[in-house]
Amino acid sequence: MPAGRGAKLLRNPGFVIGALIVGLATVIAVIAPWIVPYDPFAIDLQRRLVPPSFMEGGSSLNFLGTDQLGRDYFSRLIYGTRISMVIGVLTVITSGIIGITMGVLGGFYGGKIDDFVVFCITTRLSIPAVLVALAVAALRGSSFMLVVLVLGFLLWDRFAVVARSTTMQIRNLDYVSAAWCAGASQWWVLTREVLPNIATHLAVVATLEMALAILLEAALSFLGLGVPPPLPSWGLMISEAKEYMFFEPWVIMIPGAALFVLVLGVNFLGDALRDMMGTDLSR
Amino acid sequence: MLRFFLRRFAVAVAVALTVLTLAFLLTRVSGDLAISIAGPNATAEDVESIRQAYGLNRPVWVQYFDWLGRAVQGDFGESYFFRDRVANLIAARMPVTITLGLVGLAVALVVSLPLGILAAVREGSWVDRAVGLVAMIGQAMPSFWLGLVLMIVFGLQLAWLPISGVDTWDGYILPGIVLAFSAIPSLTRLTRSGMIEALSSDYIRTARAKGLTRLSILVKHGFRNAAIPVVSIAAVQLGFMLGGSVVIETVFALHGVGFLAWESISKNDFPVVQAVVLVLAIIYIGLTLLADLLNALLDPRLRTA
Amino acid sequence: MTALLEVRDLRVTIGSTAAVRGASITVNKGETHCLVGESGCGKSISALSVMGLLPRGSKRETTALRFAGEEIGTYGEKQMERLRGDRMAMIFQEPMTSLNPAYTVGSQMTEVLRRHRGTPRAQAVDRAAELLALVGITAPGLRLGQFPHQLSGGLRQRVMIAMALMCDPELLIADEPTTALDVTVQAQILRLLATLQKDLGLGILLITHDLGVVARIADRVSVMYAGEVVESAPTAALFADPEHPYTRGLLTCVPVPGKVKRGEPLGSIPGVVPRVTPGFTGCGFRDRCSQAHAACAGTIPRQAVADGHELLCTLSPGWGRQAAA
Repeated sequence: MPAGRGAKLLRNPGFVIGALIVGLATVIAVIAPWIVPYDPFAIDLQRRLVPPSFMEGGSSLNFLGTDQLGRDYFSRLIYGTRISMVIGVLTVITSGIIGITMGVLGGFYGGKIDDFVVFCITTRLSIPAVLVALAVAALRGSSFMLVVLVLGFLLWDRFAVVARSTTMQIRNLDYVSAAWCAGASQWWVLTREVLPNIATHLAVVATLEMALAILLEAALSFLGLGVPPPLPSWGLMISEAKEYMFFEPWVIMIPGAALFVLVLGVNFLGDALRDMMGTDLSR
Repeated sequence: MLRFFLRRFAVAVAVALTVLTLAFLLTRVSGDLAISIAGPNATAEDVESIRQAYGLNRPVWVQYFDWLGRAVQGDFGESYFFRDRVANLIAARMPVTITLGLVGLAVALVVSLPLGILAAVREGSWVDRAVGLVAMIGQAMPSFWLGLVLMIVFGLQLAWLPISGVDTWDGYILPGIVLAFSAIPSLTRLTRSGMIEALSSDYIRTARAKGLTRLSILVKHGFRNAAIPVVSIAAVQLGFMLGGSVVIETVFALHGVGFLAWESISKNDFPVVQAVVLVLAIIYIGLTLLADLLNALLDPRLRTA
Repeated sequence: MTALLEVRDLRVTIGSTAAVRGASITVNKGETHCLVGESGCGKSISALSVMGLLPRGSKRETTALRFAGEEIGTYGEKQMERLRGDRMAMIFQEPMTSLNPAYTVGSQMTEVLRRHRGTPRAQAVDRAAELLALVGITAPGLRLGQFPHQLSGGLRQRVMIAMALMCDPELLIADEPTTALDVTVQAQILRLLATLQKDLGLGILLITHDLGVVARIADRVSVMYAGEVVESAPTAALFADPEHPYTRGLLTCVPVPGKVKRGEPLGSIPGVVPRVTPGFTGCGFRDRCSQAHAACAGTIPRQAVADGHELLCTLSPGWGRQAAA
């Protein structure tokens, strides 16, 4: 990335906020085991639903209080960051591989191959993703990896759409035709000319898909068919706390706010990249 | 024009058939259906008898064509759990989901159109940036969580609206608002960019030179052109909303098809799940066709071409 | 007789560009006044500022902006709206995009009359058909029901002209109305404007960079350069006795049968129109002018060459003839 663009990004408040949030979340996800005050899985039935320390009735022992099983909310929240980030990143990698492959092939070769790719995208868009994810999780029994795979296989469409249209633009540029005429192999043209030139656009898609994956994982876990308990997924934390929310609203406010802030941060990053690149994501 | 639509229709049918096949595969490749239906405490004999009863012992392709033949006639078989025709179940639940989707779309349009227009008119100002921020926030909002928060605030603390169910019409308000959040960001951005393009065009300058009022320039000449893509995307968004209704219907305990699907999933009632996936997919396909049709109707350049 | 349009000392700044710097233009009733000059010299901006249609972020100042004797420089947006399309109308360079693609020709034409006069639809349609016929469109009934994309560029410009005439305006501003059209169509549109002007007694402010057009239909010409009117004269006087070096330069660029000898090269003016920032003094043309001298950086005197012939230059009127003699 040219230096001018980097400097411009740093003056974009959305980018700075987004980078701070995502950077912080990444650090927390990596060092989670070393910073949690308690074992996030340790149950203490004597101390259930203790409010956060800054609220009335709170205890200084548990900064964000405890859940319905007396587990430390702050520690669970921190481990939840790890789950969200890992699911987000792995899903983007899976869906990125599928979508970029399809989009680049369709955009590069055109003709029948492109027709097929467009058909796959249309079909994918018509399938209700959440419902299918729920059904698959119910059939196979939910697990962490299953969530990643299901989301990965459902969220590749935007990668394919953007990779396809940008590849088409690049393909028709003179210097690519020149490389082509100079006898460069297809593989060489694809990897040296096409991919580097569409990478920044794909980075924009990656951030948006990551945000979507994090939200969908939370929704699936909330419905009880995502990450299985006792893993502290934020969606699962909200689901487990739901029964108590009318008496203790903070039990759903805390994990929900964490989810919202992380997704907002990822979106801020993506939006700043999009402004810089002028990527058209309308479909 | 007619040729274009015939082609679009043929593609739609092909997509629908593919989804049909995928819906069938969904339940076959994900494990042994008979074991899933029988439940965890079943003996091997139980599983075998289920296999016999539901014809699961036949070759897969026989099962497929049997199922396909019935499905295209609207016969999705019988629910294992509800002991009723799947088609009847879906027909009974559909009005709730459709109503919810339409309420959601209406809320989304009522919010996005003015916001988008406002942002376009004040392009580059703080108003524009504020609208952009609203769209961002909408995009980052976890819908199920927003639903719970609205339930706490409007249902419990203010006690203005029912917390769940749709025994009265106002039960649709909160879920409709939550559902709208998923469409507001894209509709607002699209309205904004469409309006900016329209307002910078030469025919707006002509309209001003004709001495038309500001309102007439904005709405009649500007928005009329910006609305063309917005209308077609709104139809597509309605499809996404219906597909996403499973989460919101579950949160608010609305007995629509999304809730039906969720119940069926937790009861291993796969014919119902399959059918709901299929019906929602076909509605989406129909809506995208409708979107193209609306596009052509609204744009004289396409209509008379 | 009061002038139809009188602009005194118009100044327009757009951002950090002084687009118009003290231009004065007068259009009399039933007169065609041509504003000529290269692209970017402030012709269009001057026209738009008369109509109150300047882009956002621009600032307009005048010592007088009178329309039919009334000061309109102080008018608010609402008052200008009532004037535009009713008593003063404007047509533009881009007929292909100046009509709204979503509405029929008839709907776009009648809306002017309905807005300003509250005319019922049926009568407005009759008027629109009548004007389409006047601007030489055959089968006006059919055209009224058509959309702009179904018409050719020449037809669209005729529709634009007819639309501008809906309310019988006193002043018609035409911003390079023929530039985007085919040569044969250009001639037709110009002939149409000339006829309309005669028949309806219109005052026309015609912006063009084409001196051929000027010679054919203008009563009066103002030459603009870098935001200033450098020379203004009755058409015959200007062509017979161009005084400003820029006017002379422009005229040598045009082949005139009988005047330019075969084999003799056409003239051209080296350089481009400069972008002028506020605070610029002196003559904007001095960097391209073969006659430039030290005084050109100071205040430039406005001189009367003859009755109705004004010059903004440090050279004395008649310098060319003296040099030649």
